[in-house]
Amino acid sequence: MAQPIAPMRRMELEAPERFIPVVDAGLCKRCKKCVSECSYRALDFVDGNVKPIGGCVACGRCINVCPAHCIEIRQIPSQFPAHANFNERVRRAIMSQASTGGVLLTSCGTDIAYPVMFDEMLLDAAQVTNPAIDPLREVVETRTFVGGRRGRLQVRDDGRLHMDEGPGPTIAMDMPIMIGHISLGSVSYNAQKALFAAAKELNILAGSGEGGLHKDFLPYAPHVVSEIASGRFGVTGDYLKSTAAVEIKIGQGAKPGHGGHLPGEKVSALISQTRMIPLGTDALSPYPHHDIYSIEDLQQLLSVVKEAVEYKVPVGVKIAAVHNVGAIASGVVRAGADFITIDGFRGGTGSTPRIIRDHVGLPIEVAISVVDQRLTKEGLRNRVTVFAGGSIRSSADMIKAIALGADAVMVCTAAMVAMGCRVCQQCHRGVCSWGIATQREELVSRLDPEVASARVVRLLRSWNEELKEILGAMGIDSVESLVGNRDRLRYFGPNSKIAEIMGVKHVGEGWG
Amino acid sequence: MGGCGIAGCMNLEGGRISGDVIARMLETMGERENGLGAGYACYGLFPEHRDDYCMQFFFDHEEARTAVEELLKAMGSITKDERVHTQRVKSMRPPFPMVWRYFFRPSSKLEWRGRTDLSDDDLMVQLAMHVNAEVEGALCVSSGKDMAVFKGNGYSYEISKYYDLGRYSGKMWVSHSRFPTNSPAWWGGAHPLSILDWTVCHNGEITSYGVNRKFVEMAGYRCSVLTDTEVVAYTWDLLVRKHRLPISAAAFAIAPWYHEDIARLDPESARLATWLRITYKEALLNGPFSIIVGRREPEVTMIALADRKKLRPLLCGRSQDGRTAYVASEECAVRIVEPEAETWTPNAGSPMIAVVGKGIVRTGNEHPFVGGE
Repeated sequence: MAQPIAPMRRMELEAPERFIPVVDAGLCKRCKKCVSECSYRALDFVDGNVKPIGGCVACGRCINVCPAHCIEIRQIPSQFPAHANFNERVRRAIMSQASTGGVLLTSCGTDIAYPVMFDEMLLDAAQVTNPAIDPLREVVETRTFVGGRRGRLQVRDDGRLHMDEGPGPTIAMDMPIMIGHISLGSVSYNAQKALFAAAKELNILAGSGEGGLHKDFLPYAPHVVSEIASGRFGVTGDYLKSTAAVEIKIGQGAKPGHGGHLPGEKVSALISQTRMIPLGTDALSPYPHHDIYSIEDLQQLLSVVKEAVEYKVPVGVKIAAVHNVGAIASGVVRAGADFITIDGFRGGTGSTPRIIRDHVGLPIEVAISVVDQRLTKEGLRNRVTVFAGGSIRSSADMIKAIALGADAVMVCTAAMVAMGCRVCQQCHRGVCSWGIATQREELVSRLDPEVASARVVRLLRSWNEELKEILGAMGIDSVESLVGNRDRLRYFGPNSKIAEIMGVKHVGEGWG
Repeated sequence: MGGCGIAGCMNLEGGRISGDVIARMLETMGERENGLGAGYACYGLFPEHRDDYCMQFFFDHEEARTAVEELLKAMGSITKDERVHTQRVKSMRPPFPMVWRYFFRPSSKLEWRGRTDLSDDDLMVQLAMHVNAEVEGALCVSSGKDMAVFKGNGYSYEISKYYDLGRYSGKMWVSHSRFPTNSPAWWGGAHPLSILDWTVCHNGEITSYGVNRKFVEMAGYRCSVLTDTEVVAYTWDLLVRKHRLPISAAAFAIAPWYHEDIARLDPESARLATWLRITYKEALLNGPFSIIVGRREPEVTMIALADRKKLRPLLCGRSQDGRTAYVASEECAVRIVEPEAETWTPNAGSPMIAVVGKGIVRTGNEHPFVGGE
């Protein structure tokens, strides 16, 4: 007689664990540091030993704090029967959604292995006919100006300037890099302080993200780009006037068509004060700005903001890279933006619906090139500064982004990694063990702003040095001569159509 | 261009210099060429047609000539046309394009493709670029008033012989011999490259070509000759004729000071310098170059400029009687025609400017915004 089948328990249908922290019991000192440091509660001390109890996200905190160096996180081999189409990722999503019945949330940029065109392009170098320049011996300039331009300058015959005919409010950055908009809320007080301090030290800009500027950060305001996002959280006249530039955020690469998502778990007392919202409530910004339903509306808001800041600082617009990005960028420039920020679909975020992060938008490489070509064709490229972001992982990405047509790049995830982030993609849960994407006091205090800031400074400074090395090798002594200089790129990938769209020649093609 | 020779001379009082002089200057620098192109431009050589646009063309075949002639007749009146004198040179190899000259006046009530806002000069620019891009087998070599370009595929001594330069004399000559490394050797690609009354002779290689090209294309210029030098010519036309920048300011936009040096200028100059860099950042010619730029309006003018790191040679000279100005890649080019000339080298990124009737208004060793013209 057959045994009766036990009723199904929920646990039996959950997706299996992906990671397991393995503690070498022989080396372990039983200090329990790892247990107390694991903000995901994946470890416990049972019967005299540290044991994994599930839920590990491979954030790596335990490895780094273990004084005995006896923890290793293992990626558990796939426990799913092989299927190339219904791969593990697909099946895990189905199981998760079947358990929760909701829109799946995630963080950071997409982890899907889409082609990365940055990795399919090679740079040029000088040989014989033009001398390469050694940046340690000769001047190679990386100063980058941010702001609107007029396309021409009026100079009198005696060589003097018509004083009222300048290029408009302009900010000089020492390198063509901006730390992107990472809001206080998505990251901790200490994390934002570190980023702002790094921007000040490097003489570059950093974005405030949505949510205003904490009063303690006012000293950094000359290096901060304030943001007017659809929720208008924290936006006051003083806030806009205090900062170096103002950005109207229409969209973000990680979630085009969506507004900001700040889960209630992260709305602490501090965030509630800065954003002027109730404690513990989700801060969900509207999908569009409810006063911008058209380009005319954007033009009006640009005018209003310029009035508010008395034309003293540049006012720009950030858009997510979407399919018609060229035409949209053209409209934004014509509407009066002094700078335009294009955010590619691989860009990071502290919280986003996974469906949007993984499936909506345009890769930044293509978007930059299309925008640069479109603005050039319409005679507008010399009116505006173009920022590009959305997964600038290295100086190589930065250099190629500039050669494709960006004046400067926007860096977020790389700066986070410099501060300790391991890209475990759990920011939306608010329990970041590194004290970055969290508001819990005990976790925030783990991040030393000075140490974190110094690491960001070293990272970006080294990128700038690498930029100079490449410029010098190309025989270029100032970074503006690389902006949109697609002649110095060659495509080395499988899809020559995409090279054609980007306006980049194929490897093997020469000069004329 | 890679390694090339450039030379220029001007009678500062408006007298005439024979083509033999410039030919000797250029030919002396034989080390700088390899037989793949040379050319000369002369200013002030057609006093009897000084108010007509002198358009010189290369035609590959008779159909091209007919097409251009019909175009010109539709756009204005041809005062005179003639085959440009050429003679066989044994060492030169075909193809030899037909070289033709039209003295042309655009009609006073013309429009160009629906546009009625163009000045005569603007129209001539459009016309020349249209021919180069659209008329198969035709290339407009020069199109300014009272000036002409004589160039081709060969050594400098072959080209001077081919055109029999001694038969011409003018107020100013500029010239170029070629050692190409980045674009094909063909008749149209030889220097000087010219648009309207501008000519550019260029020794160097522009590493910022893609950016500079965008700069001129945004203003409506069409690049068709496959050389960075074409873009240099359009840049001068845009900055000086269209945007009315003084030559010194235009030269600064093309070869600006470093920001750290700008900080040492007086505040007003520093502001002008910074604004020029911001506004015209796409006009910065990066990489090694020395150029001689010729112009006819409002006076016959010669500009000599080297890149801001001075990676290509450039030397200026003045005859003992003070009447003649010289520019060359090498000192030998000056000494061969004027052994006792006074010579000097302009600073990196600083233009020497000579103007007929005014003399040398800038030596290239002054403050960046002094001696503007």
